Amino acid sequence: MTSMATLSLAMWRGFIRDKMALFFIILFPLMFLFLFGGIFSDQGQSRSTLVEVGEVPLLSELPGGAKEAFEDAFDVQKSADLDAAIDEVRSGDVDAAVEQHGDDLVLHFSRADQVKAATVLGTVSSFVDGANVAASGQPPTYTLTPDQVEDDSLESIQYLAPGLLGWAIAMSATFGAALTLVQWRTTKLLRRLRLAPVSTGAIVAARVFVSLAIAAVQMVIFVGIAMAVFDLKLTDAWWMSVPLVAAGTLSFMAIGLLAGSVSKTAEGASGIANLIVLPMAFLSGSFIPLDVAPGWLQTVSTVFPLRYLNEGMLDVMVRGEGPAAAAVPIAVLLAFTLVIGAIATWMFRWEAD
Amino acid sequence: MGAVIQVQDLKKTYGSVHAVDGVSFEVNQGELFGILGPNGAGKTTTLEIIEGLREADGGTVELLGERPWPRNSRLLPRIGVQLQASAFFERLTAREQIHTFASLYGVPARRGDEMLEQVALTDKVDTRTEKLSGGQMQRLSIACTLVHDPEIVFLDEPTAALDPQARRNLWDLLGTLNDSGRTVILTTHYMDEAEVLCDRVAIMDHGKILDLDTPTALTRGLDAATHISVTADSLDLEVASALAGVEDAAYDGDSLVLSTRRPAPVLAALAERDALDGLQVRGATLEDVFLTLTGREYRA
Ligand SMILES: Nc1ncnc2c1ncn2[C@@H]1O[C@H](COP(=O)(O)OP(=O)(O)O)[C@@H](O)[C@H]1O
Ligand SMILES: [Mg+2]
Repeated sequence: MTSMATLSLAMWRGFIRDKMALFFIILFPLMFLFLFGGIFSDQGQSRSTLVEVGEVPLLSELPGGAKEAFEDAFDVQKSADLDAAIDEVRSGDVDAAVEQHGDDLVLHFSRADQVKAATVLGTVSSFVDGANVAASGQPPTYTLTPDQVEDDSLESIQYLAPGLLGWAIAMSATFGAALTLVQWRTTKLLRRLRLAPVSTGAIVAARVFVSLAIAAVQMVIFVGIAMAVFDLKLTDAWWMSVPLVAAGTLSFMAIGLLAGSVSKTAEGASGIANLIVLPMAFLSGSFIPLDVAPGWLQTVSTVFPLRYLNEGMLDVMVRGEGPAAAAVPIAVLLAFTLVIGAIATWMFRWEAD
Repeated sequence: MGAVIQVQDLKKTYGSVHAVDGVSFEVNQGELFGILGPNGAGKTTTLEIIEGLREADGGTVELLGERPWPRNSRLLPRIGVQLQASAFFERLTAREQIHTFASLYGVPARRGDEMLEQVALTDKVDTRTEKLSGGQMQRLSIACTLVHDPEIVFLDEPTAALDPQARRNLWDLLGTLNDSGRTVILTTHYMDEAEVLCDRVAIMDHGKILDLDTPTALTRGLDAATHISVTADSLDLEVASALAGVEDAAYDGDSLVLSTRRPAPVLAALAERDALDGLQVRGATLEDVFLTLTGREYRA
């Protein structure tokens, strides 16, 4: 038990001091999150940007439902400098600037983009009309409920985040196991430990423990940023993603162990690991949602553990399914671990020769 | 002072290579025992079988009265094995390395600090292992091997890959390892190292032990020439060759080297001719022993 703790500490220190590894398993997936998250939300961008210059009570004091609709339609910025705001409109950085003098609302817009101009003009005047009707004290005869259909694209983060997280975890667990094994074998550290009163079980347990800890860190950072920056919304049974990720980590470690067992050099091991992880990530829906993938791809994906991790995480984290939805993926991942782990153990060699 | 290592007729073959071919010897407690031989002689294989890392094809090994193979967990805390200098955890400092090993062997961390002091690494404790020099890594590696105060220490070519200066520095440390009754067994392909460090040396070649004794006994028993060298301009080559007792004379760089089995008259003759500038007298070395045993020059 103490040797496991000692080895875990040594491995953990080695990991957090490895800038390259930190980049690849934490920053790299985050870059993808920002890249994809950015692309998809830009594509679906149907909101216009509006600068409120000074106080604009008409807009800021819209009644409940109207205010929500307004915020759906506009990305509102505040400014005190009218000239600067108009410059921004002119250069196309924002779509319009609005100021209010008493009961008079002035809208500065640009004709450069006709569609935008019409949208802004039409939308703002409808809110002004709405406010006029409300001010008259008469109930409106006709009502209009604005509903933006493009808004769905914002939710691309909902499938992106779990998928990219799955990929990140697959990378770190596979590479962690493969490289530890090969490096320790080439430096003869593995042999050194074999000559120390340390059991093989303690070595394996320490590596598993450290990989689980790394996966937990990845998960916290990744989900945290996705929630804070991209407005990822977790559904009720999200906590089932914790055992899912743990089971996934084990299965990827088994793959890494196998890669480390069959290769002699660190380069060889990372080559094999790459060769497995990257296609697996593509085919398991980490980058593109499997729902839109062709049927053959969906069939191919069933051989990869990452698919089960991804699907399981989607179910409990964003699709709002109950905790039970994670049971089958977890079982498949554990079965996968057992089979691949048994093969890896069989291929395992202490020595390089 | 009983034997702590007993090796009987050890054999190991790899395919058609007889890596170890009938090796027998004993090492006594407190001895610094050396296995000397060129590359491929079978030194490492012999050592690894004794340590319990490899299984012998034939013969027996007793280490502290026990069989080392298969992995014998009763022996592990009692022996210390130094592998190559890079057998460290990645990206840990010298102190963290030795504390890790201390903890794995269940000894207090303080003991690790003492070891770092003993191998003169106190000013490098916070340096990452990768940043240490070859000699410093080797010292750290030896410190890690000694942290649990093992009764027997195995060192496989501890000075290989070090520059001559670092090698000599390490000798001081190696020479003290058996001071407190600890037994040390090391391999080397450096003749001078075996001569300086070892209480007894086994000369090994092609998987066999050719001779085994103290370095002095090995050379004394030898009918080998003494080499007398003086500066090259002290004497003509013909004159030197003609001196009574000189068997051979040759230039070696800026020295003239005379080989003789009767050094006294040769030295007298040189003194008579006032030709003693830069005089050096070298008796038979282990190199001569190897030459005599194998009929070929020693090449590490
Ligand atoms: N694992 C191995 N597989 C095949 N041949 C080996 C192996 N280990 C050593 N040998 C061979 O056994 C002989 C002795 O090797 P070794 O014990 O390493 O010699 P030394 O340590 O004296 O240089 C060499 O010919 C070497 O090539
Ligand atoms: Mg060797």
